[in-house]
Amino acid sequence: MYLSALLLLPLIGSAVIAALPAGRTLLAKQIALGTSVLTALLGIAMALQFDRALGTFQFVESHEWITSFGVKYGLGIDGTGLVLILMALILAPIVILASWNEGQGGRFSQKAFFALILVLETFMVGVFAATDVFLFYVFFEAMLIPVYFLIGSFGGPNRSYAAVKFLLYSLLGGLLMLAAVIGLYVLTKSQFGAPTYDVTELSALNIDQNLQRWLFLGFFIAFAIKAPMWPLHTWLPDAASAATPGTAILLIGVLDKVGTFGMIRYCLPLFPDAAHYFAPTIVVLAVISIIYGAILAIGQKDLKRLIAFTSISHFGFIVLGIFAMTSTAGAGATLYMFNHGFSTAALFMVAGWMISRRNSSTITDFGGLQRVTPVMAWMFFIAGMSSLALPGLSSFISEVLVLVGAYQTYPVAAIISTVAIVLAALYILIVVQRSLHGPIAPGNESLPDLTNREKVAIAPVIAIIIFLGFVPSVLLNVINPTVTHTLTQVHATEPTPTAGE
Amino acid sequence: MEAAHALASGTSSLLVWLVALPALGATILLLAGRRSDKWGHLLATGLSGASFVVGVVELFKMLSRDGESRGVSQHLFTWINAGSFKVEAGLLLDQLSICFVLLITGVGTLIHVYSIAYMEHDHDRRRFFSYLNLFIAAMLLLVLGDSFLNLYVGWEGVGLASYLLIGFWNQKPAYATAAKKAFIVNRIGDMGLSFAIMIAFTAFGTVSFQGVANHAGPEHKQVMTWMGLALLLAAAGKSAQFPLQSWLGDAMAGPTPVSALIHAATMVTAGVYLITRSNFVFDSAPTAQLMVVIVGVVTLLFGALIGTAKDDIKKALAASTMSQIGYMVLAAGLGPAGYAFAIMHLLTHGFFKASMFLGAGSVMHGMNDEVDMRKFGRLRVAMPITYLTFGLGYLAIIGVPPFSGFFSKDKIIEAAFNAGGARGWIIGLAALLGAAITAFYMTRVMVMTFFGQKRWADDVHPHESPKLMTAPIIILSIGSIAAGALFAFGSSLQLWLEPVVARGFVEGEPALQPIVVSIMALVAVALGVALAYVKYVRVPVEAVAPTNVSIWTRFARRDLLQDAFNEAVFMRPGQYLTRALSFFDRKVVDGAVNGTGALFGGLSVRVRRVQTGYVRTYALLILVGAALVLAAMLAARI
Repeated sequence: MYLSALLLLPLIGSAVIAALPAGRTLLAKQIALGTSVLTALLGIAMALQFDRALGTFQFVESHEWITSFGVKYGLGIDGTGLVLILMALILAPIVILASWNEGQGGRFSQKAFFALILVLETFMVGVFAATDVFLFYVFFEAMLIPVYFLIGSFGGPNRSYAAVKFLLYSLLGGLLMLAAVIGLYVLTKSQFGAPTYDVTELSALNIDQNLQRWLFLGFFIAFAIKAPMWPLHTWLPDAASAATPGTAILLIGVLDKVGTFGMIRYCLPLFPDAAHYFAPTIVVLAVISIIYGAILAIGQKDLKRLIAFTSISHFGFIVLGIFAMTSTAGAGATLYMFNHGFSTAALFMVAGWMISRRNSSTITDFGGLQRVTPVMAWMFFIAGMSSLALPGLSSFISEVLVLVGAYQTYPVAAIISTVAIVLAALYILIVVQRSLHGPIAPGNESLPDLTNREKVAIAPVIAIIIFLGFVPSVLLNVINPTVTHTLTQVHATEPTPTAGE
Repeated sequence: MEAAHALASGTSSLLVWLVALPALGATILLLAGRRSDKWGHLLATGLSGASFVVGVVELFKMLSRDGESRGVSQHLFTWINAGSFKVEAGLLLDQLSICFVLLITGVGTLIHVYSIAYMEHDHDRRRFFSYLNLFIAAMLLLVLGDSFLNLYVGWEGVGLASYLLIGFWNQKPAYATAAKKAFIVNRIGDMGLSFAIMIAFTAFGTVSFQGVANHAGPEHKQVMTWMGLALLLAAAGKSAQFPLQSWLGDAMAGPTPVSALIHAATMVTAGVYLITRSNFVFDSAPTAQLMVVIVGVVTLLFGALIGTAKDDIKKALAASTMSQIGYMVLAAGLGPAGYAFAIMHLLTHGFFKASMFLGAGSVMHGMNDEVDMRKFGRLRVAMPITYLTFGLGYLAIIGVPPFSGFFSKDKIIEAAFNAGGARGWIIGLAALLGAAITAFYMTRVMVMTFFGQKRWADDVHPHESPKLMTAPIIILSIGSIAAGALFAFGSSLQLWLEPVVARGFVEGEPALQPIVVSIMALVAVALGVALAYVKYVRVPVEAVAPTNVSIWTRFARRDLLQDAFNEAVFMRPGQYLTRALSFFDRKVVDGAVNGTGALFGGLSVRVRRVQTGYVRTYALLILVGAALVLAAMLAARI
């Protein structure tokens, strides 16, 4: 019952907050923080009972829901699901703590801001835990609602445009996926005699080649928008720069992972032949995303847009890892999802604090921060190093795994993608130089350094980034069996050393 | 194929402390912050010294074992275990790495001591020492890692330390830019290391040195060639070799002890270590070896030519470093015949170049941080110890017997000629030419700094540096005097390294008798010194650089146009590409999206006229979506 509890707990918290009388903002924040910490602890307790040897679903719950359509309330997690749920559950309290003063001056009360974050947390757990495609689809679409309000009601100047753009893009993807879900319904009804959306049963479907490709595309495009991949990425910089930093962390750090998670969970096992058929094309798109996102990040003048573009590059790596279809790249991709969550969280958190202090998100408005706010400058620097995958930090491992694993099946793609390690150095070091180094820029002379609350919020993020740089096996041990399972489902043959004995 | 020998035959639980002690120092100093301002430098120096002691203990343990079983390893934990990719966190200490361990911790500790005085008045001295300790730890990890991936961690770790230290005074924009440039150029090289790791894993399923060494041999020539070229790219980045040399001159923005430790004695020689450590790769890849030799020869001349025109004492020394590492790379490219000499020159260079850089720091210390040699002159009177020690370094680097550089450089030139045939003559003569130019520009540095008329302003009062600074220089000078003879006597270093880098290698008949090579080298040196004498002693040095100089001088002053080239070929096109792509993203990719939005918006206005009101874009989208569903179903013939 762990998973249902994880779904329910934040929802209860948000209901309590909603029931609070107006003006009890501090209490609302405390409830939000308390609920999310409790949920995270519950999630960790669940992780400790997870059987690391298995690659299949655990903590399974299944109840009939809409019998006539074969829809079930089905929950369960494999290694990938566990890792992503943990990421979401750990990030939620951090985001709440980091956003303590966010949500002021929004269209709704600050109370609503924190209630919405808790609602979003429920949906995030749901989307990673659903084992029923229809249930997944419901969570997938439901997530849009809190995010739409979080951006559109609490964001910056451009928030309405950004929120609508985000919503339209997502709805478009959702519709394509709905079409494919309906397709599955028709198929199961004819092949099994009764409709089902259970993902394990669905993987036994025998789908003819042509149809498989269409259904694959229905899911894939929805996920590619969410991920986001070039050329479906343009909603992300707008949304990220209009959203509050906390929303941006949840949006890019967690929500976007639904895209890459969906590719692993649905695109590969349900449509193996189509996955192989489209893999080369997708690898090309992933490489374009990697290089294109990095180059655009170099050219950004706005701090938040810059981080958004670095994420487009990083998502390219994740997709490359998924569709390289080797055990190394696959494990790397899942690890990358987790690591990217924390490294982006660190970047957005510090950037958010910098922006709120300086009242500007233009990079050139900063300068010399290393000598004004040393702790904040260090945190930004470490977050930046994590983004450029410095060895010793967690993101290095995942990037190496993706590159090495991809080289086994797509050597040219891997070599071109390696250029991104130079581009990453450029986009990070340029912003580091402009904001932290040089003479102290006018208007920065008396910026306050991090408060204790802010230090408490970022400390666990930095600790995780460093810890996993040295002991990635904590996660890899969980991830490996699932990757093997997925690769078996997609009939991928593991490459052997070309110059073997 | 004969089974490759084991790199390590025993274990030692001490190895981890070599890295852990300085790493601990860096962590404590960074976390404690200003609270450790009072004692931070002492702790850092003590921990670096402690690491040196561990190194000495390991050396003695190693000496007590015979040549075949000197390598020891320490397995720490399983670092990465993802899919079929497994990497252990393991350390390897053998005859090759112990040389580096002692150089890094020995010279490193001396430079810590020197820095206590040199950085005394800097507000951020503690931060400086935390970076120094970070560097020592990363550099030790680089030479102790037992796989290409472990090495990579140290490799980028020293890059980070170098970045932090070059930009130590990054409030000056030019220094911040220099730091960034160093990191980025190094990252270009790091791509090579990534490639090598990808190639090794795909071909052999392993990235450990032992694992790849097991596959060495002519049957894998092609794989090894690609791997070798990738490793050469990495080495070129880290060791400032052509064409990735441009960052080193700018790196002199860092405090001078940093230039001595990182950008002369240790980090920049990591490329030579990488090639020597990967000897099993290069020995199976003649094409890659040839490329190594070419890169070494080009760089040794390139650096030497730049050195002839620099008036900034640190930049002149930096150009010389680049050139001397060119010698080492050249030697490493010669394979088993050259590895030992590459390492020998690396060690002697570590002593004499570090002592000269510290000497330059001492000069700057007494001259209000002036670096322009045209403002020096006659400093031998005011700074006798600095003068003497710098002079010893000078004699060592130009290769005057019996100073250390003579032995090591002579051996490289000899090995170059012995490469045989036309190739041997070309690289041998190039190495001789380099020796002549070295003698020329180092004499120039020596004369401009310590001889001639005083050219400094009246408000400058040159004085000798405190003992904390001169003592480390004096100790290093002993190395400048004696190290070469020690390593060359009875081929001691060659025999020491043989089990690691030259197993079963039999020297052929030399192309030229050693004595002939020595005489040729000495003649080249004499010519270089004589030319410098004519140009800088007979004619007084001007206090302002003359502008009516030949195009060649101007060329050399501008670093042979390396920056102009990089700017024109990479930077500016890169900037155009960035701008063009930004434009493309806004106008074309996003423009299409907004255009579609506007189209639907326009449609919905019309729809709204017909309908009651709230049916907006969403509704229309649902309609379009439904149409797409239908189309898809039709296409799939459900």
